[in-house]
Amino acid sequence: MKISQKRIVTAYVFLAVPLVFYIVVRFYPMIYAFWLSFTNWKLVSPKQDFVGFSNFVKLFKDKVFMTSLWNTIKYVLFGVPLVIVISLFLAATLNRVKHLQWFYRLLYVMPYITPLVAVSWVWRWIYQRPPAGILNNLLMAFGLDAQPFLTSMNQSLPAIVVTTVWVNLGYCIIIFLAGLQTIPQEYIEAAKIDGATSRQSFFKITIPLLSPITVFLVVTQSITFLRIFTQVYNMTDQGSGGPLNATKPLVLYIYQKAFRSFDMGLASSATVILFLIIMGITLVQLLVLNKRVQY
Amino acid sequence: MTRTDRKTSFFAYIFLTIFAIVMVFPFVWMFSSSFKTSEEIYEMTVIPENPSLANYEFIFNYSMFPRWFLNSMIVAVVTTISVLFFDSLVGYTLAKYNFPGKNIIFILILSTLMIPTEMLVIPWYIMVRQLKWMETYWSIMFPGMISAFGVFLMKQFMSTIPDDLLDAARIDGVSEFGIFMRIVMPLVKPALATLAIFNFIGNWNAFLWPLIVAQTPKMYTLPVGVSYFSSENLTRWELIMTGAAVSTIPLIIFFIIFQKQIVKGIAMSGLKG
Amino acid sequence: MKKALLLLLVVSVIFAGFAGAVKITFWQYYYETKVKLVDQLIEEFEKQNPGIEVEQVTFPYENFNEKVAVSVPAGVGPDVLTLFYGWIPLYVTSGYLVPLPAAEFSAEYLSSEFFPFVSKGIEFDGAPYALPTAVRALALFWNKDLFVEAGLDPETPPTTFAELVDYAKKLTKYDDKGNIIQEGLTMQPSGQGHQWIREVLVRQVGGTPYTADNRTVLYHLTAPEALKVYTDLITKDKVGYPGFLNDDVTAFRSLKAAMTIDGSFRLGTFRPLTNLKWGVTELPSMNGVKSNFASFWAHAITTNATGEKLDASIKFLKFITSEYAQKLWLEQVGELPANPNVAAAYYDHPEYGPFLKGLEYAHATFFVDETGQRQVMMDAVDKVWIQGMDPVKAFKEAAEEDQAIIDEFWSRVE
Repeated sequence: MKISQKRIVTAYVFLAVPLVFYIVVRFYPMIYAFWLSFTNWKLVSPKQDFVGFSNFVKLFKDKVFMTSLWNTIKYVLFGVPLVIVISLFLAATLNRVKHLQWFYRLLYVMPYITPLVAVSWVWRWIYQRPPAGILNNLLMAFGLDAQPFLTSMNQSLPAIVVTTVWVNLGYCIIIFLAGLQTIPQEYIEAAKIDGATSRQSFFKITIPLLSPITVFLVVTQSITFLRIFTQVYNMTDQGSGGPLNATKPLVLYIYQKAFRSFDMGLASSATVILFLIIMGITLVQLLVLNKRVQY
Repeated sequence: MTRTDRKTSFFAYIFLTIFAIVMVFPFVWMFSSSFKTSEEIYEMTVIPENPSLANYEFIFNYSMFPRWFLNSMIVAVVTTISVLFFDSLVGYTLAKYNFPGKNIIFILILSTLMIPTEMLVIPWYIMVRQLKWMETYWSIMFPGMISAFGVFLMKQFMSTIPDDLLDAARIDGVSEFGIFMRIVMPLVKPALATLAIFNFIGNWNAFLWPLIVAQTPKMYTLPVGVSYFSSENLTRWELIMTGAAVSTIPLIIFFIIFQKQIVKGIAMSGLKG
Repeated sequence: MKKALLLLLVVSVIFAGFAGAVKITFWQYYYETKVKLVDQLIEEFEKQNPGIEVEQVTFPYENFNEKVAVSVPAGVGPDVLTLFYGWIPLYVTSGYLVPLPAAEFSAEYLSSEFFPFVSKGIEFDGAPYALPTAVRALALFWNKDLFVEAGLDPETPPTTFAELVDYAKKLTKYDDKGNIIQEGLTMQPSGQGHQWIREVLVRQVGGTPYTADNRTVLYHLTAPEALKVYTDLITKDKVGYPGFLNDDVTAFRSLKAAMTIDGSFRLGTFRPLTNLKWGVTELPSMNGVKSNFASFWAHAITTNATGEKLDASIKFLKFITSEYAQKLWLEQVGELPANPNVAAAYYDHPEYGPFLKGLEYAHATFFVDETGQRQVMMDAVDKVWIQGMDPVKAFKEAAEEDQAIIDEFWSRVE
């Protein structure tokens, strides 16, 4: 055997276990999920018939599914701009200061690495109505009215968004900061000499130069918000996504259909929809980033 | 430093500090509540009047937290070791060997990053039932034994290793696997550290899959345990906050020790795009 | 060779063991005092019935249903299991349960040994399927200290609904912004509130919740105002709201709610609290009508039990529902006896009495999907107090959703 042939064999031996893993634990389940989405299988019954697209039709006729789909879109639309804007400004500010940068960065990123379950329960406690919740007590101390937060149709979803933004802020700040530090200082200096104010150079130079990173963060944060589950499961009464489904996201709907009603077929159809949305967003990212090569 | 510079940086610090307080306050409130008694829990004091460790004693003696802690530890350590080994091996093979199908394999592995876990949990669950893996650590761990992101990361690092080094070892008669374990692995230690920390945190905090697959409290991981314990003790916020604190403390310690690698790792994950 | 002999020996010993005893498995959800008591009962049962062995297996409440759903069809499930009576239709139609043999459990036996609502609750398609050891009913708990604070006599709880409203208003405290800081009466439909609406308030305003065959919802037609009676306490009288201090039990035990309606199983929760001085009384009447909601967990024989195992299971079922077992259950678990003869001895007990009296006029709802039907009522209350919907309309919508759940169930069965 030639050396190059021996190397090829070695490579395949090294890859054998991982390849089996990817086939059995990633690709086969994905295909299986697609197959399930076309069946009426319920975990507790032996019946498993091919039903075509009827699960999808059923989903789009299901008011609760439509609500959870709409809620998921709301999570993304409220959450992503908020987290991007705040983290960009914090990162830019942090980039300007000379001392204690590491200290602030440390504090900002702490929520991101703590268990989301614990974080959710802490915020659930903070959001309680009076006399229990600290946030309402603070509001009242400033002479404002107490708010229902998690028990309200309008405020519960934004309340969960705020918690999620709080969690993800640190992650975005670090990435923006890393991006900011790669911007050559000369650009800013040159603009200054040309008479640009620091605000102008921020909007005209920094933001355009950061745009690949911004696109990346918009996409990853959109996916994070699309997949929101743990917060809602732990912050709402009995993990129901209430009140009256006002906070129920897609993944919680899937969880309830699959593991409470054991309707595996229908739940799989909903996961297929989630998959298509995520794939769409990722492809948009690739397209946008390819266009931006000029930077 | 000019006057305006000093002024702006003064405002910058104010701005940063206000946000820092917002970021830290929930933790402060969590710890504060965990030292309160059930009589005091509804008082809005940050420093408890009669701080007590009774809640912590309860958690350690009368709940399953110690067991959940152990479960999380086992799951996180085993998966991390597996990820370190296999991701390096795959990354190394893809970076340093030439063989047919190499690019396709790499693209296929990367493409799995696009599959949301939520889509896989139903098939995984059915697999676990059919293979009778219910109530085993393996059932919680198996989906995370290899990570596609780790493969990507390690491949990047592996390609910076000079080929001459490997060839020299081959001439010395070191086996191919020996080269990987004894020569390559020590060279990529910094990358391994980052991958290990991230994988550990990710598995320690994972919720959806353990929630689905761990059937009895005996097999819960810490996050599932916190969720279960909290809904069982909805009437006892001081205990819920203690449970949350107990599950957070190890990560805060972990974070303080490894903060540099963590920050670096996050930055790396962002700049890959 | 030696190994093979040893193996043979082991195998024959095992088989000898099997031949000697019938082994049956009993499943229930994990509740510490119940598990301990059943262990004790099994020991006595095995002494009285040599040749029968019983093994107890427990699961957490949340996934008990799923465990059953997975194991019974696979033939690895229990021979006898404990289930919420509201699940009987689901279990029977899924093919998990066998009807109780008429020879052993005649109609006379059932009517002489159990409260009347029990025999209705365990019936499906005309056949009985399960028997309870203990039952539960609702009653009104009140906090005596808070009564004193509000200038009320701590020993006279309200007896009519009008009094209840009046007391609740006096017992509610607000801050200067009008936020409730102490509830007069807990308003938690996810707790026992939904049962109170469905089986108590509906009947008290002159309605009936369902038709006699349980297949048609009637409450929105026969008692359209019943939900309003409930939600007025939240929106008009403002004596409490769902989720105050998270839930009713928290509010009551932290001395932030003066009255709460809850089940007999809650006695064990409140008893150890030294800072809470509470009393318990019958649910208030309205328009002279008394009503109550009763529920229970019952033991049933599964399709796994055949032949010798079936005989052993019947014996075991009789034993754990005997008067003897019921007495121990009351003393050790704190749930009410299902047998009126046993209950009679506790009629004037200060804690059990109000519940036992309530049992006489109690109704057990026939649930086809207990979780779903509860959610419907919770949603109805939320629609009124969160969204501001007219309660009559919300009640009508609840009835439609409830009907849809019932119809869906029967369409699967038939």
